[in-house]
Amino acid sequence: MSEKEIKNLEALFDQRIARDEKIEPKDWMPEKYRKTHIRQISQHAHSEIVGMLPEGNWITRAPSMRRKVALLAKVQDEAGHGLYLYSACETLGISRDELFEQLHTGKAKYSSIFNYPTITWADIGAIGWLVDGAAIINQVPLCSTSYGPYARAMIRVCKEESFHQRQGYEIMMTLAGGSPEQKELAQDALNRWWWPSLMMLGPTDAESVHTEQSMKWKLKRKTNDELRQQFIDQTVPQADLIGLRIPDPDLKWNEETNHYDFGAIDWDEFWQVVKGHGPCNTERLSARIQAWEEGEWVRDAAVAYADKKEDKKLKKAI
Amino acid sequence: MKKNWPLWEVFVRSKNGLEHRHFGSLHAADADMALENARDVYTRRSEGVSIWVVPSKHITASNPEHHGELFEPAQDKVYRHPTFYNLPDEVKHM
Repeated sequence: MSEKEIKNLEALFDQRIARDEKIEPKDWMPEKYRKTHIRQISQHAHSEIVGMLPEGNWITRAPSMRRKVALLAKVQDEAGHGLYLYSACETLGISRDELFEQLHTGKAKYSSIFNYPTITWADIGAIGWLVDGAAIINQVPLCSTSYGPYARAMIRVCKEESFHQRQGYEIMMTLAGGSPEQKELAQDALNRWWWPSLMMLGPTDAESVHTEQSMKWKLKRKTNDELRQQFIDQTVPQADLIGLRIPDPDLKWNEETNHYDFGAIDWDEFWQVVKGHGPCNTERLSARIQAWEEGEWVRDAAVAYADKKEDKKLKKAI
Repeated sequence: MKKNWPLWEVFVRSKNGLEHRHFGSLHAADADMALENARDVYTRRSEGVSIWVVPSKHITASNPEHHGELFEPAQDKVYRHPTFYNLPDEVKHM
């Protein structure tokens, strides 16, 4: 195709998106659109899969049967969300194996938040309340993104996600209303998860390299800073309600803007964790790789069994 | 060469009386496993009463580039719709 033809197609493509038309897998799309979507959707899928690890740590030690079934169901949902998203990503012409390889070699990223450890039970509460809370704020606008398979996957994900946040908040509420030691546990978890949760919504607008293009493609409907403000405004009253204190001395309601003002975020920490120097980067990735490698014989055996059954069917037919 | 699990398309009937609708896709070694996986991946909250799985490679899809020749001819055939026909106001239900 000539450069002029591509320019024409690109103009038509941009018009379709501007009209809120969805793009489907077999439609023509600019190469950059395809690549950006593979990057974002796979990063999202990887986050769901790696996100199971910090929580899996507590399944066997959940304090009651009620908490245990809820946590199990949540972790199973995350596996499901990862699978919806991998499938959506594959419609763009990349294979599941390539996606896994990108994760395992570190070529593809996952959300940095999962590189923090879950050292107490209260961390499970904080993750549900804050991490899933921030994730929902990120994800709701994606339900109307321009790429059809991604939007459809996100609708399912968002529907299932709200129980995740509620179960987390309930854990925090119960601990905060318990003994002084339990309340301290909840406060400690909030102290450790608050700032990483704010970072989870991405670098500030001035630093974010992808925002402008992503807004145009409706891969993003609000900027990182807008989403972060929304998260803070919604979460602070929830903390107040259960008697926990947000660990930010500069946090203050601003009558003029009708938003909370908040303190400076330590972006050095964020970039350190992104670059692989967080507390659990190595542990998370090696757990993934180990699971993949140790599962290989199972995958191969399943294929061998399927082939054998197929052969038998063919022989019978002859 | 290493063989990967093939891709399957999953269709779910959400309740009797409704058609099976495309829900998504997944990888599985064979049809039985595809059904089991579809149950876990797509019906964790009672979303269905029946599941179909179809190997993706067996689906033939129309090409979006042929949209015009396939679908445009229907656009100027307004006489296929009831509103094309004039009736007296007195006729209430037809």
